[in-house]
Amino acid sequence: MKILLLLLFVSPLTILANADTEHVSEEHGVKSEELSEEDQKSKKRKEYINHHLLDAHSFTIWHAKGWEFPLPIILWDEGLHVFSSSKFHHGEAVAESKGNYYKLHHEKIYKTDAEGTLVMDEHHHPTNAKPLDFSITKNVFTIMLMSLFIFFLFTRFAKTYTNNLVPQKGGKFLEPLVIFIRDEIAKPNIGEKHYKKYMSYLLTVFFFIWFLNLAGMTPLGIGVTNNIAVTFGLALITFIITQFTSNKNYWGHIFWMPGVPSPMKIILAPIELLGVFIKPFALMIRLYANMTAGHIVLMSLIGLLYVFTNWFAKGAFLGLTLFLSIIELLVAFLQAYIFTMLTALYFGGAVAEHDEH
Amino acid sequence: MEKLLNDFSVGLFFWQTLLFVVLLFLLRKYAWKPILNAVNEREDSIKDALNSAEEAKRAMAELKSSNETLLNEARAERDAMLKEARTVKEKMIADAKSKASEDAEKIITAAKESIQHEKMAALTELKNQVAVLSIEIAEKILKDELSSADKQKAIIDNVVKDINLN
Repeated sequence: MKILLLLLFVSPLTILANADTEHVSEEHGVKSEELSEEDQKSKKRKEYINHHLLDAHSFTIWHAKGWEFPLPIILWDEGLHVFSSSKFHHGEAVAESKGNYYKLHHEKIYKTDAEGTLVMDEHHHPTNAKPLDFSITKNVFTIMLMSLFIFFLFTRFAKTYTNNLVPQKGGKFLEPLVIFIRDEIAKPNIGEKHYKKYMSYLLTVFFFIWFLNLAGMTPLGIGVTNNIAVTFGLALITFIITQFTSNKNYWGHIFWMPGVPSPMKIILAPIELLGVFIKPFALMIRLYANMTAGHIVLMSLIGLLYVFTNWFAKGAFLGLTLFLSIIELLVAFLQAYIFTMLTALYFGGAVAEHDEH
Repeated sequence: MEKLLNDFSVGLFFWQTLLFVVLLFLLRKYAWKPILNAVNEREDSIKDALNSAEEAKRAMAELKSSNETLLNEARAERDAMLKEARTVKEKMIADAKSKASEDAEKIITAAKESIQHEKMAALTELKNQVAVLSIEIAEKILKDELSSADKQKAIIDNVVKDINLN
């Protein structure tokens, strides 16, 4: 049921996303001069939104003014290659490292010859070999900064407790959140007996997702949580912790469901086993889809501000954008809460002791 | 789905997971443990404080009730003492009254007696005085009567006359 709902929710989004890329790639073939001015603008806007949602190999602060700084590129291609992203010149130049040549195309690095020729297939995707890309991209850089910020914020918060037990300054804001996660998420879902060992993970994951969601709200275009690789990483850790801390009741419920007739047990086992993987998968997709959808809607509305020349329409869309921004702020918190809450629920299932069936 | 897979960046996944795990362990050691310990400690101390307050309240109530009984006892004792004092006082007054009246009776009786006595003495004195005066008067009268021979003769005549009659 959950999966069905999820698919219903995700499908329009992926269709939209696919439609966009198809559109853009189609137009790639067409010479720019053949397009009208309006079409060119529209194409640029679509590209901008897509670009904004994607990861990048350099950090752009203000695209129009060209304010940006390069980030290190780290490649594994029969040896380690480390160089600055400025070598690519936004995909226009071929970067050379230890005798190999690389070219950036749609924020992906391909191995090329010295001239940088990309062999395209019929979908306009390059068929060149791709080296393993461990670059410190914009998103990785943002995660590093945010991790540092979170670390210093909470260690400072922890230090205020050394002299007295009452929260000071910023702690007055953070402590209720910590207590909220303990009392409203961990305790009811995991249980009084086992919740303690999961607290560190739940707190970290909550603040990590929330702060990164909020960072994504800034106009810097550092939407980390709308990246499937990031949500996959988080969901994978939840999955691993769930499996490795589970007790025998958990596995008993999966492979030999107590309280149902034997033939049913045989039918239920594969379904339950599938559920083990679907749960973290749902976690991954939910966060990714919500954050991506929010960004697309907001950016589309901002885009509409430029499409309409009527001042009345501009005002209306501005109001709508502001309203949706506030909703997105709420969603940023809500998604962090839901992720943490469901994670706690899965942990609770893994350590449940009583046979409620 | 194809787009999702296409967008999936192994490098980003690698860094994200690595950074997250490092952050998790660092925060666990330097932030969550001290924070949660402090919060727990505070909650325990609040619970203890509440419990001891409850305890103190109960002790107070106990003390109050014992005070009440003590006070009641004291009050009863005071009442008893007052009552006793009142009876003693009344008895004393009654005794004093009876003694006073007795004394008065005695004094009155003595006074009456002495008055009687004085009266009798005065009467005797008076009788004696009257007797002396009577004798003096009789003497003077006799002297007068017997001063002349006629008168002596008259008297003897009178006496002889009386004797004759007898």
